[in-house]
Amino acid sequence: MRNILWVQFKTSLAVNLQYRAANLIWLLGAVLEPLIYLVVWDTVANVQGGSVGGYTRSDFAAYFLAQMVVGRLTFTWIMWEYEYFIRDGTLARRLMRPLHPIWVDVADNLAYKMFIVVVLIPVTILLIFFFQPALQTGWLDLVAFLPALLLAFVLRFCVEWALAMAAFWTTRINAINQVYFVVFLFFSGQLAPLDLLPGFAQTLANVLPFRWMLAFPIEVLLGRLSAQEIVLGCAIQLGWIAVAVAMLLWAWRSGVKQFSAVGS
Amino acid sequence: MAPDEADQECPVCVEKLRKVYRVPVREAGVGAALRSLVKRNTKDIAAVNDISFRIEPSEIVGFLGPNGAGKTTTLKMASGLLHPSGGSVRVLGYEPWQRRREFLSQITLVMGNRNQLEWDIPCQDSYDLLAAVYRVPPAQYRQTLEELTNLLELEPLLSKPVRNLSLGERMKCEVAGALLHRPKVLFLDEPTIGLDVTMQRRIRAFLKTYNQRTGATILLTSHYMADVEALCKRVVVIHHGSLLYDGGLSGLVEQFSAYKTIAIDLADGRAGIPAGGWGAYGEVIEEDGGTIKLRVRKQETAAITGRLLADLSIADLTVEDPPIDEVIEKVFASQP
Repeated sequence: MRNILWVQFKTSLAVNLQYRAANLIWLLGAVLEPLIYLVVWDTVANVQGGSVGGYTRSDFAAYFLAQMVVGRLTFTWIMWEYEYFIRDGTLARRLMRPLHPIWVDVADNLAYKMFIVVVLIPVTILLIFFFQPALQTGWLDLVAFLPALLLAFVLRFCVEWALAMAAFWTTRINAINQVYFVVFLFFSGQLAPLDLLPGFAQTLANVLPFRWMLAFPIEVLLGRLSAQEIVLGCAIQLGWIAVAVAMLLWAWRSGVKQFSAVGS
Repeated sequence: MAPDEADQECPVCVEKLRKVYRVPVREAGVGAALRSLVKRNTKDIAAVNDISFRIEPSEIVGFLGPNGAGKTTTLKMASGLLHPSGGSVRVLGYEPWQRRREFLSQITLVMGNRNQLEWDIPCQDSYDLLAAVYRVPPAQYRQTLEELTNLLELEPLLSKPVRNLSLGERMKCEVAGALLHRPKVLFLDEPTIGLDVTMQRRIRAFLKTYNQRTGATILLTSHYMADVEALCKRVVVIHHGSLLYDGGLSGLVEQFSAYKTIAIDLADGRAGIPAGGWGAYGEVIEEDGGTIKLRVRKQETAAITGRLLADLSIADLTVEDPPIDEVIEKVFASQP
C-alpha cells in the first residue's frame, strides 16, 4: 500500500509539474485573496484609530499571512472535481482499479501541497518583510501548530470528500458547493478573525466544523490560545474527523450503489 | 466469497441478466416543463432483458448488436461498473459489482472511446502507476512491458505524454496499459473504433497473440466485422436487450441469410453474356466485363449453378456466403 501511494504521489507530482504555470496562477489568486482581506481590515483599523476589536494593523497582517499559508495547505478541490469525474466517466476508470479512489485524491492533495509549499515559503518570507506582522509565536505554539494543521487538513479533506459524493445524486453539484463555500468563508475565519464576529456567530463557529479546518491552526500559530485551549481544540478536531469519516463511508457506499444502479 | 473450481471453468457466466433504467419522460413544451416540476414521470426501460450465455476459458466471443442493443450495459455489468437489476453475472466466480480487489486484479475493461491512461504524463509513468496499483511484481512488470513493447512497437511512444499521441498510437498504449497486470478476462468495447485499417489489423493480431499466449478469455464488441471475423469463432448477438443468436459465426450466416452469391468468370468475356440477360438465373449485384456476381436463393443455389454450367461457357465459378456485415445488417433490419 505504501508503494502504491508513493507511485501515485510521484505521478500526481509529475502532473502538477506539467501544469506549473497554471498552478502558479492559481497560487497567485490564493495569495491575493487573503491580501485583499488584509488591506480591507488594515484600512478599517486605520480609520478606527489603529485597531478593531483588539486587533492592531500588524495583528491583522499576522492573521492573514498565517491564513494564506494554512489556507493553501488545507485547501482541497475535490468538490469541484467530482461533478466532472462522475459526468465524464473518469470515475468509472478509477472504479475499475483495485484501489479505493480516495487514495488517488490523498496522493494528489499531498503532491499539490508539496509543490505549493516550495513556492509558498519564499512568498511568505517576502510578505513578512513587507507587512511587518506582529508574531508572538512561542516554540510550544510552533510544535502544537503541526498537529493542528494536519488535523485541519484531514478534517477538511474528509468533509469535502463526503460532500463531493453528492455528485452521485445530482449533476448540479455546483449549487451545493456554492452554499458550502459561503458558509465556510464566514465561519472558518477566512473573511475575518472569528473573535471579531458577534457573540452568537462565535458560538456557532465553535460548534460548526469550519473553525477547526482553518481558524484554529492559525490561532495556534499566532500564539493566541492557551495550552488547554490547544488540547481541547485538537480533541474537537479529532471528534469532527470521526464524524466526517463516518459520513464519508456512508456517502461513498450509497453513492456508488446509486451510480452503479443508474449508469455512468 | 472465494471462487470455486467450477466457477473457474466458466470465466463468464451470464444467467437471465437484466438491467432496467428508470428514465424521466416529459412531453415537449412549457406546460409539460411546469407540470414536471410538480410530478416527474418516469418510465422503466429494459436495456438488457433476460440474457443468458456462458463463455468458456480461452474463448474469444464477439458481442454484436446495433447501437443501443445493450452491449455496453452488459459489459459494464460484467466488469462491475453496473449493478444488475435481475438475474446474475459471475466472472471468474466473483460477483462483479462487489468489485473485490482480487476480481479487479484479474480482469480489464477497455473502452475504445475512453482513455485510461493519465493524459498529461508519459505512458511509461502511467504504466509504472498501473503496475503499482495492480501490485505487479517488478520482474513480471519488466517482462510484460517488454513483451507488449515488442508486440505493439511501443518503444518510441513510451516517453511521450499521452495527449501528444495520435489516436492510433494512444489506442496501442491503452491496450498495453490494460494488459500490464495480465488479466484473465478481457472486456473490450470497440477497441478499434476510429483507427485506420492498418492499426485495426495490428490491434487485432495482437489480441489474438495475447489470447494464444495467456489463454485469456475475451468478450469483444465491435462495429467492424473484420475484427469479429478475424478473432471470434463464436458470436453472441443481441438486439433491444434480448438475445437473438449465440453460436458459430458461420452458423449466423447459415441461419439468417436466405441468399448465396455465385461469382462467375465467363470464358468469352462480355460476348458470353446470355441473350436473355441474367434474370433467369438470379439478381446481378456486380458486373465487370465478363465477371458477374449473382444473388440467388439459398435452396436454389445448386440448381442454378448446374444450369449456369450447362448453359454458358464458364472459366471459373465460386459460390460464396454474403459478406458477414451484410447478413448482420439484415438480421437487425428484420427485427421489429
